[in-house]
Amino acid sequence: MTGAALIWAGVIVGGLGAIAFGPELVSALRRPRGSRRREVHSPAWDPGRELRAERKARELLRSVVSAEDFDAYEQLGFLSVGGAPRATGELNGYAYLVYPHRPIVAYDTATGEPLNEYCVSFRDSSEPALGERLPAADDVLAKWMALHGRERELIATANMHVPGRQVDPGQVRRDLVRLREWRAARSRAAA
Amino acid sequence: MKPGHGDVLLAEGDPEVAEDEERLIEEFRRQLDQGLWAAVPTADEGHRQAVMVRDFSEVPRDAERVVFYPPAAGG
Repeated sequence: MTGAALIWAGVIVGGLGAIAFGPELVSALRRPRGSRRREVHSPAWDPGRELRAERKARELLRSVVSAEDFDAYEQLGFLSVGGAPRATGELNGYAYLVYPHRPIVAYDTATGEPLNEYCVSFRDSSEPALGERLPAADDVLAKWMALHGRERELIATANMHVPGRQVDPGQVRRDLVRLREWRAARSRAAA
Repeated sequence: MKPGHGDVLLAEGDPEVAEDEERLIEEFRRQLDQGLWAAVPTADEGHRQAVMVRDFSEVPRDAERVVFYPPAAGG
């Protein structure tokens, strides 16, 4: 009786073990020999690391863009980049709102109306464990540099949509009012 | 510019020194070979700009730095 009970206990434990660990065992055995010890474990999510990266990115942004653009990003959360002037030197009448990790929004500088959304990303997959997204200020700087240096190429690469696809046109209008008021206050303070 | 890091110093040196220039060119090519874009920030009487460069010879001799970043892709 004791022997039979032990055999049954063994069968039950073995069955439960097969249910619990079977799939993992099978996939481990199916994996090519060389790859068994080469699993990449992602580092734990570290908000401190992301914060340090963002602080560093802001310092780089500060050192590249104008003081006004940097202050706009710090205080409003976005900045504005003028469209390329015509060959005659005249302004083209449009500019872009640059938000971190959101589409670039083109707007009419005379009316303040949003014109188009350009969905574009700058992803870096060189260290998959850290994700592909640049720190927010780096994303803004990448857009700023590309708009200054390769506007046409950037716009041609982006997926273009009518306003409102990802960024609420109402928010764009409010942001443009905030930007105008902020610039006016800044000019008054400087005078 | 890298996820989780911010900017990372890749190489530095004086392009007027042959040995440094060689190292800078090598790093420049390595970054472009990886598909990154290269921009040289410029300042002209307080007006800030960025010039995109595709070859080391296009980098102004007085440039303080070249910023490499991932190429744009449709989002």
